[in-house]
Amino acid sequence: MEKILEVKDLHVNFKTYGGTVQAVRGVDFHLNKGETLAIVGESGCGKSVTVNAIMGLIPNPPGKITRGKIIFKGRDLTRLKEKKMRAIRGVDISMIFQDPMTALNPTLTIGTQLMEGLKQHRNVSDGEAKKRALEMLELVGIPNPEERLKQYPHQFSGGMSQRIVIAIALICEPELLIADEPTTALDVTIQAQILELFERIQEATGVSIILITHDLGVVAKIADRVAVMYAGKIIEIGSKREIFYNSQHPYTKGLLQSVPRLDVKENLQPIEGTPPDLFSPPTGCPFTPRCPFAMEVCNKVYPASFKYSNTHSVDCWLQDERAQKLLAKAVKN
Amino acid sequence: MLKYILKKLLIMLLTLWIIVTLTFVLMVTVPGSPFNSESSSNEIVQQNLERHYNLDKPLPVQYLLYLKSVVTLDFGPSIKQSNQSVNDLLGRGFPISAELGFFTVLVAVISGVTIGTLAALRHNGIIDYFAMTVAVLGISIPNFILATLLIQQLAVNWSIFPVATWQSPKHMVLPVLALATGPMAIIARLTRSTMLEVLTQDYIKMARAKGLSPWKIIVKHALRNALMPVVTILGTLLVGVMTGSFVIEQIFAIPGMGKYFVESINHRDYPVIMGTTVFYSAFLIIMLFLVDIAYGLLDPRIKVNKKEGD
Repeated sequence: MEKILEVKDLHVNFKTYGGTVQAVRGVDFHLNKGETLAIVGESGCGKSVTVNAIMGLIPNPPGKITRGKIIFKGRDLTRLKEKKMRAIRGVDISMIFQDPMTALNPTLTIGTQLMEGLKQHRNVSDGEAKKRALEMLELVGIPNPEERLKQYPHQFSGGMSQRIVIAIALICEPELLIADEPTTALDVTIQAQILELFERIQEATGVSIILITHDLGVVAKIADRVAVMYAGKIIEIGSKREIFYNSQHPYTKGLLQSVPRLDVKENLQPIEGTPPDLFSPPTGCPFTPRCPFAMEVCNKVYPASFKYSNTHSVDCWLQDERAQKLLAKAVKN
Repeated sequence: MLKYILKKLLIMLLTLWIIVTLTFVLMVTVPGSPFNSESSSNEIVQQNLERHYNLDKPLPVQYLLYLKSVVTLDFGPSIKQSNQSVNDLLGRGFPISAELGFFTVLVAVISGVTIGTLAALRHNGIIDYFAMTVAVLGISIPNFILATLLIQQLAVNWSIFPVATWQSPKHMVLPVLALATGPMAIIARLTRSTMLEVLTQDYIKMARAKGLSPWKIIVKHALRNALMPVVTILGTLLVGVMTGSFVIEQIFAIPGMGKYFVESINHRDYPVIMGTTVFYSAFLIIMLFLVDIAYGLLDPRIKVNKKEGD
């Protein structure tokens, strides 16, 4: 399958008064054409920073990509000049934000905000731009598009606003769509509608999607593959099936166990403890202090990536043969 | 919209009436009369003069006569300026004062917004620190001190600009500069802080994600939102410019309205006091009304003709 995006050993640091925050500490993943990759993890684990780095939207200063490559269609985005990056943003890679009510400029009409990206990047007349804007509004399911074009963001509900944000992101027909928690700020019923919209759009346009979320329900609904992030690293990545039914990392297992279920009459099992301080992240596995299976080695050395299958890999010492032998022994006794 | 304007108009008239009444009360309670300083006049002459200007009538009648003059917009002759009506004085002084005020506001808004925006874009950089130092100086130095400093340096020592009076554009530079610096500093500081806030908003990030150029993002997306608070204080600033112009007109010997206003109070020139006060108040009330309207134009969320919860 054709890889549209490849992120290799990405490191992003933020300089603050308190010291340097290592927000992303070596992230590797790729995205195939036409698929949806979900990045999950708790707050502050580096999900948003990773995708902002792909968009070239890390504010510098204080943020900086210190190492790694982001290869998009054969070009390393980390080396591109801002001006070239601008020609990619909104055209080849688009982004959808978490809260649609703040992502739209309150003083400009929807039409203006829809069309300005198109006018910036494509040589189109006003009439053509308007025609395309109307098409987009129809695609995302907004009734009376002609009238709606002249209205302002405050005249739309949250769900409608998010549809417009999606329309804005898609108007230049990007190949990669990054959605940063696109349903978190919406009602549950609206969430389902927006997720259906994503599926419909992907079918219609073949766009590849990176979806950031901490809602595993969303992941189960639309993702093809899932990457689990913890403390600035991807600790496990695999297909949706592999992650949901055969997760290997204790953190992923913990995450799945902390989702409430209707059919099981059991108390929720939260993961005890808090993520490590990213000012001075541990040299070993960052999950060690919270891990019920922690071994001595975990504290000292970060585990290598163990390939569980072609698509499924996990960073955990438990996958090492020696640990497996110990486990087998422990089970026997 | 029409209903709103009519309602607003009624309130404006009411405000004006209160101002006229208060001015009248203040005027008659302040001791002295227009003819006190006339050394040559004897009692009979003074009585005749008072009769001529209706000053011998009981106060309620005088008050009604004043109201009548306000309504008919005819303030009668000035007591001190011989052979000139109050309307003549206003007609001569206002264009000059308006010119001074207009250029002052223009300079203050344009330079204030530019400086504030630049400072916000280079937050915590050298430009920012420099701009804010200048702004604090601008706010803390009173305009009459700045005016004398400017005259001393630019007019007397270096002879770049004329010392005083109001004749050519070159004459306007120093008075406008002296009067505009304060408001400019206030606008610059305000623009900077609101701009800093606006620049962190999601819709700015979204505009960047669309691949727009920085210039477009600033002008089209950020500035419009950042200018809302600036519009709010524009009304107050106008008052400041107006009162400031009394002093500046004195210093630069500009024959504007401010001069007549101050002189009329010193000489108890009742018709002129009344005329200038009414004129200034009406002007200010209208300006504040225009600021209200400008709000609705800048921000579509503010609808002037809509009731709350509509």
